Amino acid sequence: MNILVFVKRVPDTESRIRVSPDGLRIVEEGLNFIISPYDEYAVEEALRLREAKGGKVTAVSVGPEEALLILRKCLAMGADEALLVKDTSPETFDGLRTAEAIASLVRTKFPDFDLLLFGKQSFGADNGQVPAMVAELLQVPQVNVVVKLQVEGKQGVAFREVEGAQEKVTFPLPAVISAQKGLNEPRYETLKGIMAAKRKEIPVIPVEEIVSAAKLQPGVEVVKVEPPAAKQAGRVIQLPPEEAAREIVRFLREEAKVL
Amino acid sequence: MFLVFIEIREGKVKKSSLEALAEARRRAEELGWPVAAAIFGSGLEVQAPLLFSHGANKVVFLEGESLADYSPEVYAFHLAELIKEIQAEAVFFAATAMGRDLAPRLAARLGVSLASDCTKVSVVNGDLEFVRPIYAGKAFLTLRLKNKPRVATLRPNVFPLASDFGQEGEVSRRQVQATYSRPASRVTEVLREEGAELDVTEAEVVVSGGRGMKAAENFNLLRELCRLIPRSAVGASRSAVDSGWIGHQHQVGQTGKTVCPNLYLAFGISGAIQHLAGMSGSKVVVAVNKDPEAPIFKIADLGVVADLFQVIPHLQAELKKVLTE
Ligand SMILES: Cc1cc2nc3c(=O)[nH]c(=O)nc-3n(C[C@H](O)[C@H](O)[C@H](O)COP(=O)(O)OP(=O)(O)OC[C@H]3O[C@@H](n4cnc5c(N)ncnc54)[C@H](O)[C@@H]3O)c2cc1C
Ligand SMILES: Nc1ncnc2c1ncn2[C@@H]1O[C@H](COP(=O)(O)O)[C@@H](O)[C@H]1O
Repeated sequence: MNILVFVKRVPDTESRIRVSPDGLRIVEEGLNFIISPYDEYAVEEALRLREAKGGKVTAVSVGPEEALLILRKCLAMGADEALLVKDTSPETFDGLRTAEAIASLVRTKFPDFDLLLFGKQSFGADNGQVPAMVAELLQVPQVNVVVKLQVEGKQGVAFREVEGAQEKVTFPLPAVISAQKGLNEPRYETLKGIMAAKRKEIPVIPVEEIVSAAKLQPGVEVVKVEPPAAKQAGRVIQLPPEEAAREIVRFLREEAKVL
Repeated sequence: MFLVFIEIREGKVKKSSLEALAEARRRAEELGWPVAAAIFGSGLEVQAPLLFSHGANKVVFLEGESLADYSPEVYAFHLAELIKEIQAEAVFFAATAMGRDLAPRLAARLGVSLASDCTKVSVVNGDLEFVRPIYAGKAFLTLRLKNKPRVATLRPNVFPLASDFGQEGEVSRRQVQATYSRPASRVTEVLREEGAELDVTEAEVVVSGGRGMKAAENFNLLRELCRLIPRSAVGASRSAVDSGWIGHQHQVGQTGKTVCPNLYLAFGISGAIQHLAGMSGSKVVVAVNKDPEAPIFKIADLGVVADLFQVIPHLQAELKKVLTE
């Protein structure tokens, strides 16, 4: 199987997010960057499929030079190859822009792919857009938020999470899949993997080479970025259990009016 | 013209679709636009009055054999055709599992960017402006879209319903032939989770448990509370999920679901930043924790320092009393 897995470099989810003085972006200086958490499930699934069916796994990121670090991690986990589409623009929050770059890369460099694996959503942009957009641009089927995946020849079955249920979805390959937590347990890099990854060359393609200047213009205009409104702390009470229960119900009915 | 995609599950209109419809109508009145609602599937004419009263001026039924089962590829294709024909300038979806799956596919088909998971929509200088959480709610982004139509998904439980728009409107029916010839995915089976009628993202009240619940069977205490409270669902912290006490679909937080219910009841949850990321949009928060220093108290409207196992039985009795009165 010819599998591509797409990974994004994002701030560590533990980060304290601060807004820049111009109010148009977040301050990136001093943040620790990692591979977006759901993307790790996508990498793991790609590796498992290759181990079961043979083939090749290529990890791809669209982002700055620093994204080479997360691509090295993918290689250390076991990806065969990696590729950086170098894009120096700061976060645009525009899924279509990224999807155009990915679709164009796949069309020109990997036209005979079987599966494109994504995380269900990137931390930061929190969009959940790129996988379905790439699928449409390439005119292939999609299954998003997948917790279980089976592939048999040119046919796939995926279970995707919906409200209070799972949908069993059948689809023909090639296809786009996005990973939800629960799909698998991502492996750790091995020392041997890390050493081998260091020696591998990672080709870099400037995004301008594969996407027209017009399509690189974000379709999202950032008006402002703000910290969340601080929530006022309420009351804390310490009462015997029975009275506490009565006070909760009284509060909910009389003050908060939610029951 | 506004177009709102109406989601049908088990023959019923999703409440979050009605919320999106009402919000579209409010903004449309500012812009002087009519609002159309699009429904896929047959035999749904009975839904028209409900949609009129919740904000639609017009309801479009897309009918055809190929539309019985949801398929993002097929639905996006036919929606795009409709949008071009009626020249919709804005398209809203509820940010449900289906809306999140379909909207980006449609947007790409139309060649436009998408505003996902919006929590506020306004009209500024004759154009729509959207607010949405980014970095798991640690910041908020206000944005405008540069291309038309403006496509957005609206987070459930955030936008108020309205049902006073009258019972009258226009109905149009489109027979859709099987014109989508590209490979498509197909839902062949829906596996319901037992006892989970309502997803945490849709519930008006979330009753959540953390490591303080101590064991899987103690989550039955929360399920019993849910049976007493209408439109409620059980939530959990990651610690509870990772301990195997309850399924991941119940997890609230940065790597779980983001909820904004009218009421969030937290039992034995400390209030780690990753948990708060998923629930700080709740309208009212009540927390029960035996540690007076628990960070959850910093954001709770009512904090109760107590042993949850002692409080819950009384709470159950008290709720039974007032809710069955
Ligand atoms: C990348 C990343 C992503 C994460 N994503 C999430 C996420 O999506 N959701 C999430 O929840 N967490 C997430 N976490 C984990 C988070 O950091 C916390 O570890 C977790 O939320 C703690 O869960 P808890 O509050 O149930 O447990 P604890 O922090 O252990 O708190 C248990 C609480 O129960 C109280 N308690 C104990 N017994 C009783 C009793 N009898 N009566 C009353 N109170 C009692 C204690 O006082 C304590 O405050 C994430 C962490 C990371 C690093
Ligand atoms: N810049 C990027 N480079 C590579 N993959 C990306 C990039 N942005 C998004 N993705 C992929 O698309 C998924 C969904 O991202 P998003 O639509 O931004 O929430 C991510 O989990 C990644 O798998």
